[in-house]
Amino acid sequence: MSTIRCENVQRRFGRTVAVAGVDLAIAAGEIYGLIGPDGAGKTTLLRMLAGVLRPDAGRIHIAGVDVLQRPEQVRSLLGYMPQRFSLYADLSVLENLVFYADIFGVRGATRRERLERLLAFARLDAFRHRPAGQLSGGMKKKLALACALVHHPRVLLLDEPTNGVDPISRREFWDILADLHLEGVTILVTTPYMDEAERCRRVGLMHQGRILRQDAPAALRALVPGRMVAVYAENLPAVAAAVAAFPGHRSHHTYGDRLHVFVDADLADPVAALAAHMRSHGLSFRQILEDTPRLEEAFIHLIGHQASLP
Amino acid sequence: MAAVVVEHLSKRFGDFVAVNDISFTVAHGEIFGFLGPNGSGKTTTIRMALGLLPPTSGSVRVLGIDVVRHPERIARRVGYMSQKFSLYPDLTVAENLQFYGRTYGLRGRELARRQEEVLTLIGLEPQRRQLTAALAGGWKQKLALATALLHRPELLVLDEPTAGVDPINRREFWRLLYRLAAEGVTVFVTTHYMDEAEQCHRLALIHNGTLLAVGAPETIKQTHMPGQVVEVICARPQVALQVLRTADLSEVALYGERIHIIGPDLEQRLDELAARLEAAAAGLHRLRLIPPSLEDVFIAQTARNLQNTAT
Repeated sequence: MSTIRCENVQRRFGRTVAVAGVDLAIAAGEIYGLIGPDGAGKTTLLRMLAGVLRPDAGRIHIAGVDVLQRPEQVRSLLGYMPQRFSLYADLSVLENLVFYADIFGVRGATRRERLERLLAFARLDAFRHRPAGQLSGGMKKKLALACALVHHPRVLLLDEPTNGVDPISRREFWDILADLHLEGVTILVTTPYMDEAERCRRVGLMHQGRILRQDAPAALRALVPGRMVAVYAENLPAVAAAVAAFPGHRSHHTYGDRLHVFVDADLADPVAALAAHMRSHGLSFRQILEDTPRLEEAFIHLIGHQASLP
Repeated sequence: MAAVVVEHLSKRFGDFVAVNDISFTVAHGEIFGFLGPNGSGKTTTIRMALGLLPPTSGSVRVLGIDVVRHPERIARRVGYMSQKFSLYPDLTVAENLQFYGRTYGLRGRELARRQEEVLTLIGLEPQRRQLTAALAGGWKQKLALATALLHRPELLVLDEPTAGVDPINRREFWRLLYRLAAEGVTVFVTTHYMDEAEQCHRLALIHNGTLLAVGAPETIKQTHMPGQVVEVICARPQVALQVLRTADLSEVALYGERIHIIGPDLEQRLDELAARLEAAAAGLHRLRLIPPSLEDVFIAQTARNLQNTAT
């Protein structure tokens, strides 16, 4: 049975349809990533799963408990870290944790033991007496996560938990999520970072209130039609112009110091053919090789241009 | 002559060294990325390059001008989009452009013409009368870029321009940057997004005010990774994760059902690691060397830098 399950969940705000019928089944212990452009409905969906926003229609079960009928019971099963998590800036790290422990009724010896564990777990031990307002961005996120874990939830909902955090803190944050994964916690996380989506077992691509596709990251990347050849060259505008005339060319775009060229899948040896094509146009290149598309490229292929209207 | 020449640039605030003896050059028409975590010295370097902050030592030449001596001479030749750019939400798209155009000294027909040109460039013509507050996220960034382009700057300085923008809008923003670069505009951009850094022609990694590497993204990945990356695919990643965490590796990270491990000379440890995983019944399918990601290089270099400063 799925730990997070929703059926045909819908929510409007006035005339705007934020979530237009979402079905989701996330297994126990899974790390599931939700990606999608701004306004796709990710945050609204998470808020409904957390029981802080009522859907207009549909059913939601967390660990078998109906969120709409038993919101109190669900709250004890669930840790929820919204995008703007409130920490008390003038309270210390430890005092913030104590505050959340009070809210969730965690007391006595259990509380002492758990707070110590969370401080170590979130790598915040050495900063326990520092006011939360004086923590770095990455440390604030780790404290927010620790606060969301204070009642030992089995399910964790994280809304863009590492947005604006530097790469080192981000990697540390994901190491902590891996620890939770080892303990069997089910994690649903939204992210704007494609490299983070790669860390999830399954990824759902949300667009205009619906989940368009969901699969393992590698399977999503394989959805981009054709094969991808990366051309490393000096004069990329000239290479792009020549490549557009290559038989079997589907699309191309600049990617830093290289051009990603998508060609028909039935070409026998696209690398050799493209190399010959470039030489016949008098163009040189440093390197040319077949590569796998990025998740970002799958994302853009799946939603296409329709998502980028003002 | 390069568009930006920075030599032995340092900045101290009291005892704190914000920028520590950095040198690099940015060629004309190049998109040069500055990649580093918050507090690494990116914004301080930008402020010195723009002549807004005098360096403690070292020199900065921008478009041939000695910025330390003549900070006033570059203002009209550089476009700057700051991290917290300000657009007036209750003005229309066109009104925001007019306002910024005037602050750059554009008037009359010239202002009207440049306004049309940048509206066309970013594709916001149909929305010219729309209130800025009503624009979707990614479009505000494009409008902010447009305001920085009105006076035809030769150098564009962008401080984390796409923070919080989704991938599709980020892609479009970068298409604009490539177009500008192809027209000869030099672009200096800071970011902490790895995938964005990969899109630069060349980039510099900075940490605690020190430059860790400068070069094309591919070159940096090939030359600056201390250690090797191995991808582990197995049926029971949770078991494998626990095994590998005790295998004396510098990094063990879960990627869905795969695990990436990093350590020195892993090529020589493949058999040993496979044996450990098999002994724990992790259901090993495959163990293979993969190229490092830019993030791998960045984190490894940062760790090394921290060790160097600690000893």
